[in-house]
Amino acid sequence: MIANGVLIDDEFAEAFPMKATRVIITAQNLQWAYNAAHAATGFATSVIACGCEAGVERELAPEETPDGRPGVAILLFAMSGKELGKQIERRIGQCVLTSPTSAAFAGIDGGEPVALGKNLRFFGDGFQQSKFIGGKRYWRVPVMDGEFLVEETTGIVPAVGGGNFLVLAESQPQALAACEAAIVAMKRVPNVIMPFPGGVVRSGSKVGSKYKALSASTNDAFCPTIRGITRSQLSAEVGSVMEIVIDGLTADDVSAATRAGLDAVIRLGAAAGVRRISAGNYGGKLGKYHFRLREILAS
Amino acid sequence: MSALRLTLRAAPAQRVDCAPLTPAALGGKSAAEIGALLLAAGGPPVRVDDLFTIEGTPGDTLVLAGATARLDGIGTALNGGTIEVDGDAGDYLGRGMATGTIRVSGSVGTFAGSGMTGGELRVRGHAGDFLGAPLPGEHRGIRGGLVLVEGNAGERAGDRMRRGTLLIKGNTGALLASRMVAGTIAVGGTVGPGAGTGMRRGTLLLPALPAGLPATFNDCGTFPLSFLTLLARAWRGLPAPFGDLPERGLRVRRLMGDLAAEGKGEILIRA
Repeated sequence: MIANGVLIDDEFAEAFPMKATRVIITAQNLQWAYNAAHAATGFATSVIACGCEAGVERELAPEETPDGRPGVAILLFAMSGKELGKQIERRIGQCVLTSPTSAAFAGIDGGEPVALGKNLRFFGDGFQQSKFIGGKRYWRVPVMDGEFLVEETTGIVPAVGGGNFLVLAESQPQALAACEAAIVAMKRVPNVIMPFPGGVVRSGSKVGSKYKALSASTNDAFCPTIRGITRSQLSAEVGSVMEIVIDGLTADDVSAATRAGLDAVIRLGAAAGVRRISAGNYGGKLGKYHFRLREILAS
Repeated sequence: MSALRLTLRAAPAQRVDCAPLTPAALGGKSAAEIGALLLAAGGPPVRVDDLFTIEGTPGDTLVLAGATARLDGIGTALNGGTIEVDGDAGDYLGRGMATGTIRVSGSVGTFAGSGMTGGELRVRGHAGDFLGAPLPGEHRGIRGGLVLVEGNAGERAGDRMRRGTLLIKGNTGALLASRMVAGTIAVGGTVGPGAGTGMRRGTLLLPALPAGLPATFNDCGTFPLSFLTLLARAWRGLPAPFGDLPERGLRVRRLMGDLAAEGKGEILIRA
């Protein structure tokens, strides 16, 4: 399949079941909501070493937030509810509780409840106060700038992590420009995050390594600079490959984001140096969800 | 939605316990069966049809028309449905109710909402003493739900309150929120002496600093507290001054006490 001069591989992205939640972070203004959100979702690119994958989903207008202030919705994904609970507590405790004027609320009401402010309240050293308003419990924790208002729990729901596609271009700037265009389009899709820096990852991995201590290593088949000495999957005109990884609350959300990203890259087309689009998988044996590029484009 | 209407034939000479009259308890019964029910009274028990005329079909709503202050225990342990009281109600209105709604067009006696754990109780007139308070010997007052009194409330409203919301549009008597453990009380008018005596936690939102506040409350200063936005949003649709609480820009003077008790209660005075 060729679209706008770009070869679309007959490949699929292999994704996994995860657990996810959304947290709404508000502050005096959007800048400070972002400061807290960026800190809370920092170092959260991959569950392999970060404990969770997290990112900013979207900005929220004051009318959309529980306390009527500007806010940001973040999504957090982990391999288990237990690990996600641990990560929520650490990240909200260290990055949102600490951020001036911030407040944190559940962004998912259903699902399995997990502590948001339930344990963070103890920072109040006995001066914390609970308020039960509209069927929800909130904690008011006294802090030096006033009060940290935090909802007691947030909901954990089943989710999908690891959707992806690879952009193969003639040069590094062209690969990056195509991915940037894809990310702009994908950020308009609700319920998804692209957890890597700027939404783009350049170090795709394969399972296993020559070093016993490592369970994953560089995806040499897609590394252009060693094309001559490995079983490369790159043709001579491909000079750079970048990947976009997608986590979403449902498989449909991941599909929608993939579609938005593919469309944006294809729109640039061969004229912008994009040669091929592929996807990462493990032969289909490890992940429950398969996102076939051609089927998504045909849908 | 079907409704059963019980209209009082004449004001009873004795107090009558109306606790058995709830939509759930009367559901599925014929008019004859309802009429034959006996209600405890100051003298011998009285039949429902001796006291009331019976119209309509039992369902989600029960209307008590022409009610007087001698009808005690209306809506006791109410667990769903609506009771409309056209007139006054006696003591123990909504005692121990869990869900559902009680609306009274007139005034109510003592201990309204006592032991309540949920639901909504609205009184257009005044409420007597011990609104939402525990009975003697009980450890906890109201534990959930919303009580709205559009007139005044008597003494010791919210005594030992544990959770829920008490909104009093008019004035209150002495010792409002005495021994309060948690929850929220807001008052639109003036508050009698001794408010917050023995208060451990919880919130009292008042329009002005009450006279005769215990010396064991300390001033913490004036702040905008963001949880007030959540309260304002939850109270939308209620009568002023609760329904029109501003979502933004509300500043309150915060006094904390009672330091003779746990001392984590707060009296918030609108600045």
